[in-house]
Amino acid sequence: MAAVVLENWVERIRNPEIECMSRDEMAALQSKRLANVVNRVYHNVDFYHKKMKALGVEPGDIKGIEDIDKLPFTTKEDLRDNYPFGLLAIPRKDVVRVQGTSGTTGKLTLASYSQKDVDVWGECVARCLTMAGLNEEDIIHICYGYGLFTGGIGLDFGARALGATAIPMSAGNTARQMMCMEDFGATAIACTPSYALHLAESLQEAGLIEQLHIKTGIHGAEPWTEEMRRKIESILHINCFDIYGLCEITGPGVAQDCIHHAGLHINADYFYPEILNPATNKMCADKETGELVFTTLAKEAMPLLRYRTKDLTSIDHSTCRCGRTTPRISQFTGRTDDMKVIRGVNVFPTQVETALLSMGGAVAPHYLMIVERKDNMDILTVMVEVDESLFSDEIRKLDALKNKIGAVLKQALGVSVRVKLVEPKTIQRSEGKAVRVIDKRGL
Amino acid sequence: MGITIQQLSVFLENREGRLDEVLAALASNDVNIVALSLADTSDYGMLRMIVSNPNKGRAVLKEIGITAMLTDVVAFRVPHATGSLSKAMHQIVEGDVNIEYMYAFANGVDASAVLKTDDPARVADILRGSGFDVWEAAEAYVSNLDL
Repeated sequence: MAAVVLENWVERIRNPEIECMSRDEMAALQSKRLANVVNRVYHNVDFYHKKMKALGVEPGDIKGIEDIDKLPFTTKEDLRDNYPFGLLAIPRKDVVRVQGTSGTTGKLTLASYSQKDVDVWGECVARCLTMAGLNEEDIIHICYGYGLFTGGIGLDFGARALGATAIPMSAGNTARQMMCMEDFGATAIACTPSYALHLAESLQEAGLIEQLHIKTGIHGAEPWTEEMRRKIESILHINCFDIYGLCEITGPGVAQDCIHHAGLHINADYFYPEILNPATNKMCADKETGELVFTTLAKEAMPLLRYRTKDLTSIDHSTCRCGRTTPRISQFTGRTDDMKVIRGVNVFPTQVETALLSMGGAVAPHYLMIVERKDNMDILTVMVEVDESLFSDEIRKLDALKNKIGAVLKQALGVSVRVKLVEPKTIQRSEGKAVRVIDKRGL
Repeated sequence: MGITIQQLSVFLENREGRLDEVLAALASNDVNIVALSLADTSDYGMLRMIVSNPNKGRAVLKEIGITAMLTDVVAFRVPHATGSLSKAMHQIVEGDVNIEYMYAFANGVDASAVLKTDDPARVADILRGSGFDVWEAAEAYVSNLDL
């Protein structure tokens, strides 16, 4: 049971000129912007200059979006190799902020923003908030983490652009979250879907739901199912929306679904999507699953060409029932790598490997990551084999080892993990790619 | 004179049948267990044993996929008289040496205690100095047999 049933929903569109633009006009706008960004990076970013030269491509060869396949790709590894400021297209002093997300090994993936980038980001999130039925009269309780990760800050910028009241709670401390939700009269809540469910059940247990004024939930940063959305909606009596984004592109606000929940509308005037067959790199047809690749059309500080997100999805260019013509991506079906999202934080098995290696052994001990969800919270257990180099027959020393591994992993991954010491040779070896993660969550 | 003997230490996950597998493997390979202690934690157990042939015991377990390590421990005879162990421990404590763990077993004639310490030489000295017999390896491994 949602706050507003479909029949009574009044659709508001923040920027109808863009969001309901004809496909031809949108293509023309995207083409103009693409030519522009290609020219900028060719002349200002060494990495892209070299790549394009190697491909024999010049800015003049890119007349429009139809020429995009002439351009090189960008990967997370490229960002790592150029960490922290190697991909800037503007002078570093014009970078007004940075944001970061997990890297595949020891360092963060860092994104830089100019003032205009920040304004565009806020505007994109504001479009999403409007899509969720919010306006300047709303009070938005933001319990995504604030800090380097883009969740909290992104929603905050969006609330500011919208003119709504932002409550910057950050994550954690459920008792305080509930108290503030009640006291400040929040009308919307923004947090990860698993936390929303956790909060919903806590509120239900505390008998507080009737006292609240929440009518809308904006959830993202991790994959979630239709079942979860209905469950959150039915417990809290709200409408829930799925917001998507990634730090490298800008943060949350790249896309979000509307009341019809028929895919996530991409702010395609700023982020040009391609769905590519990851094996052939050829474009997929509408509704065919492939890897989502984004080109940022207007970013100043760190524009990216054809950034491979490794998210698998499909696209639909038809006009939505809400009236928007912006293309919609479907619920993500998986990834092309083994990244996992644990309580909203991206975790790569390679990070675990790097962390274990840093403990001093010549080779990292064999490990296995088990991801489960208990009481709506993700739990990551890292099983580590007690091989001869780690073995001690004193329980005190093994306990200390377990605690040390836990501390090293927490520091490296940004989430707390459980460590389980297991017998040597019990983790399956394999000839080819090792199975390093077992995800029992069924997402 | 020898100070330490070798103990077989096995890290065992809290899984059904694990201990059974260990004991069966030793038994079927003619490795006799002289003393045994099983310390438990919430995640795993630490099995410590004095056996008739530590190296053979280790190899036998390796064959069934169990990693056993050899640890140096001090074993000493404890007369059956009440208060004997107390006397021995008192001397060790006075000597300011750290004992990590200990277990004891009876073998008919008298009893024995096994302990782990980071200074076995000092412990052996203290024990001998107080009139306790410290086991030599070869004898310890068959101490449960009628000699």
